[in-house]
Amino acid sequence: MQRKGNQTYIFDNPPYIIGAYSVVGPKEAEGNFGDYYDLRLENDTFEEKSYEKAECKMHKTAMENAVNKAGLTFKDIDTIISGDISNQITASSFSARGHDAMYLGLYSACATFGEAALVGSMLICGGFMDKLLCSTSSHFSSAERQYRYPLELGNQRPPAAQWTVTGAGAVVIAKTGKSGAPRITGGTVGKITDLGITDVNNMGAAMAPAACECLYTHFKESGREPSYYDLILTGDLGKYGRDMTRYLLKEKGLDLPETFNDCGAMIFKDEQETFQGGSGAGCSSSVFASFIYKQMSSGHLNKVLLVPTGALLSKTSSEQGESIPGIAHAISIEVL
Amino acid sequence: MDKNTYPEFVKKTSPKTRKLKTMLWAFVVGGLICCVGEAIKDIIDKYFNLTAVQLSALATMSMIFLGSFFTALGLYDKLGRKAGAGSIVPITGFANSIVSSAIEHNREGVVFGICAQMFTIAGPVIVFGIALSCVAGLVKLLIIG
Repeated sequence: MQRKGNQTYIFDNPPYIIGAYSVVGPKEAEGNFGDYYDLRLENDTFEEKSYEKAECKMHKTAMENAVNKAGLTFKDIDTIISGDISNQITASSFSARGHDAMYLGLYSACATFGEAALVGSMLICGGFMDKLLCSTSSHFSSAERQYRYPLELGNQRPPAAQWTVTGAGAVVIAKTGKSGAPRITGGTVGKITDLGITDVNNMGAAMAPAACECLYTHFKESGREPSYYDLILTGDLGKYGRDMTRYLLKEKGLDLPETFNDCGAMIFKDEQETFQGGSGAGCSSSVFASFIYKQMSSGHLNKVLLVPTGALLSKTSSEQGESIPGIAHAISIEVL
Repeated sequence: MDKNTYPEFVKKTSPKTRKLKTMLWAFVVGGLICCVGEAIKDIIDKYFNLTAVQLSALATMSMIFLGSFFTALGLYDKLGRKAGAGSIVPITGFANSIVSSAIEHNREGVVFGICAQMFTIAGPVIVFGIALSCVAGLVKLLIIG
């Protein structure tokens, strides 16, 4: 493994992504990536009694089917590395419950998928493990009640707001795999960046500086140009956050090409009235496990930089007037 | 960009609420809800022989019922998305804030869910309402007499 600079890693033997599975709710199914998802729910309760239970079931379904798609059983999986944005990441740990595998629960809010894939790749490249399952999830209704207001409250959503994605994505990464499978060739571990945004209804603005820091560091330390990648996708900055990231990078002298976009900004259609687009820990993972993974497996995309982004706030911290720290982790996925 | 300049820049460039459209919606819907209230009052007045105080109490209660009813049907939040203050400010909005919280926490049980959580949104309104009515009462007693 090569460490380049302080934060960037390029792996000598890049691990393979040998299986992926995505589950999304009905609104996401009607969005721009509708055909790419593996399972589209007709009802976001998923026949469960609460939204928290529904999120667990989605997460568990994504985990189990990703393992199946990789042609494995849970006995083959060394460790489950997962996270979500529910309190105490219960959706993840409850989903791992009952499986005979080691478990590492992570939290980087909506950047957790990037963190999980990076930590997993490092564990494999370090020779500590062979096969890992990385997954994250979020659910609009459980996030809404945890961070905001009751669902039936007749309040107005501000124009800078985003819509938490109801979705779960899971990938199996392994030391060995078939040629032509996407491989995690490296990445950049982000730093917490806080430029003093306190508005909880403008997460894009809060996370954009972290995305900017991570992207800038990645290109600087890896020595790669933005044009190296076929697609550069941030996690859930939304339209405003995406444009802000582009602006901030331009200020630093780095011009991002047209191949730069954001999973959150792309996941919904304009007429779905989500305003800035999607957010949540399940946003980048469900887009990766569906659209990106399938495009890479079919040879339409060869080099992708995925930069999941997270806003590390809690309801209590924002009520106490704290600003919102942002985080972003970059993973570079390539078909070699 | 740093901690001093960035929030200012975001404030300037963030997408803004379309004020005229929002205010128009609030005005029309808020006005319509009040019209419904007045109509209920007139209808009750026509069929029952009540005093003015009884009449307005009954009309208010009817509006609270309607606000709760449409919240339970899952329609009031849809109206609120468009109307904003137009459907929040009338008493139907107050009913909505209590009933929506109660529905939301139904799954955590009657005591710690519904009863403990139903005033999370409406709580401040009730506290200020009671506190200010005490002040008004004192003013009347001590100054106006």
